[in-house]
Amino acid sequence: MALVQNRGAARAQAFDFGEPAPWIVAVVLILLPLVSNGFFLSEIFGQTLILGVIALSLMFLAGYGGMVSLMQLTIAGVAGYMFALFGVSGSHNISLNWPWWLATPMALALATLFGTVGGALAVRTEGIYTIMITLAIGAAFYFFTNQNYALFNGHTGMNSIETPSFWGVDWRASLPFYYLTLLVAGACYFAVDYLGRAPFGLALQGVRDNPRRMAALGFHVNAHRIAAYAFAAFLAGLGGILQVWNYKQISPGSVSPDACINVLIIAVVGGVTRPVGPFIGAFIFVMLRTFALDFLREIGLDGNRFRLLIGVGFLVIVFWSPDGVIGLWERWRRSHAPARPQGGGGHG
Amino acid sequence: MDSVAQRLANVGSSAALELRGVTRMFGALAALSDVTMTVRPGERRAVLGSNGAGKTTLFNCITGDFLPTSGAIRFFGEDVTSFPPYERIRRGLRRTYQISSLFPGLTVEDNIYLATRGVSRGRFSFLRPGLSDPLKAATRSLIEAVHLTPVAQRKVAELAYGQQRQLEIALALAGAPRFILFDEPAAGLSPTERRELIEILTSLPSHIGYIIIEHDMDVALRVVESVTMMHNGRIFKEGNPQEIEADPEVQELYLGGGHG
Repeated sequence: MALVQNRGAARAQAFDFGEPAPWIVAVVLILLPLVSNGFFLSEIFGQTLILGVIALSLMFLAGYGGMVSLMQLTIAGVAGYMFALFGVSGSHNISLNWPWWLATPMALALATLFGTVGGALAVRTEGIYTIMITLAIGAAFYFFTNQNYALFNGHTGMNSIETPSFWGVDWRASLPFYYLTLLVAGACYFAVDYLGRAPFGLALQGVRDNPRRMAALGFHVNAHRIAAYAFAAFLAGLGGILQVWNYKQISPGSVSPDACINVLIIAVVGGVTRPVGPFIGAFIFVMLRTFALDFLREIGLDGNRFRLLIGVGFLVIVFWSPDGVIGLWERWRRSHAPARPQGGGGHG
Repeated sequence: MDSVAQRLANVGSSAALELRGVTRMFGALAALSDVTMTVRPGERRAVLGSNGAGKTTLFNCITGDFLPTSGAIRFFGEDVTSFPPYERIRRGLRRTYQISSLFPGLTVEDNIYLATRGVSRGRFSFLRPGLSDPLKAATRSLIEAVHLTPVAQRKVAELAYGQQRQLEIALALAGAPRFILFDEPAAGLSPTERRELIEILTSLPSHIGYIIIEHDMDVALRVVESVTMMHNGRIFKEGNPQEIEADPEVQELYLGGGHG
């Protein structure tokens, strides 16, 4: 009996201090600029963190809530476009020239609203229909940005977007931007991890496992799902703001259905069972996207086939491990873990 | 909305559960037809009948999983006919399922914690409960009540069948239940587990009434004071356990088989 309770206590603490891996990763990420050049900082790690945040919003919906949304990148795009629209950009006749500290919350609020409304539509459906309706929202937004010149500047999009600069720091410079991105991504990661054991996250997992029983326990199932979409939209919005600061421009290409599907690939390759999955998936995706071209040329193939390499990598991972790299890692750990005395009791 | 005076007037006089002419059609098939019954607060009643008699459909109509095609349902005087399930649950109605309906990916403790959270405020809380959280204490005492303390931290998928049935009951006892619907709680239980189940049912606080669907007469007739017999979606007999057991028509239709 005492044994069992100790075990419970140990598990409750595992999130905080028990596992060394998260702390090692955190230290490495913080010290990274000492050994890395600007290209790696922004193009590899910065991109990994930004795409990781957007994919994390999908992980939250899919992993905790069982809802696969293909519009998470679209929500990020809404945040980016809104920042360009309310803030300062090269399109003087469109942008409203608000300072960044007003444009940012406005863009986040509108992106969250967009995701919430989209979610309210999507929760009326299940499974493959949720995927279809969210993809339709993403595709509609893409075509809308392409054709609307009054707000989105059509095919050209918005360029020369002004990024924050305060306290004497240009936050777009590669080092400050890396730390800013790391801070936001870290906060998002811990928020999702923490929420998994808070009433809201637990209830969401309950909704995923057994919506009918949740209703029979007093929960308004669809309200919970919509709230999850709202929270996920806020995360995606943060990713979108970072992305628009990073590129200083946004165009319909940034929110194409292709890019929407990339977010799904990132989340699935990394694994949607734990919040670290999307970041692992984003790292693999960014590495492949950046180096596959050179790698293919190196071995004498047409560099333009780099998407093929990404596709094959995706197939291999999903074939061997339906729950992504995280699933591989967990199975490896289980098979190599030293048998703990009370561990055997776990499967009585 | 009823006025306060109307509500107060209902407090003493109203039945816990009142069904008036409840009919539920599935296409042309009447799973329930014209069911009228009144259950007092604190009353314990068995609903018996062969498979397809409409017992589970009756439960689904009472909880709001299905809306009745016609008829009215009142819960402690309040007309809940068109309420969604969660609104009825928040008013003190509970149910268990014939086939365990749990959250297999979560631990026993989290399952019960969700049940206590579902009928209180803070369902959307972003903050983890502390050790002093009153709902955590309620969760622990419920775990104890159904003898699941040794497996509190296990995932439900790892539990033995009998333990899952115990958990099923614990979920229905969370919060402040006023009336519970038990759908074949003894199904598949060992004799020892059945004795434990009878003990749990008979030791419920006397203000909590329930309806139990049960095929095991030894369990059913021991834990109730009244019996409703159903056949083909209709009520055809009501009485106390002794009357029902002695009734020749009931014996022929229902008890005649394996329950000598």
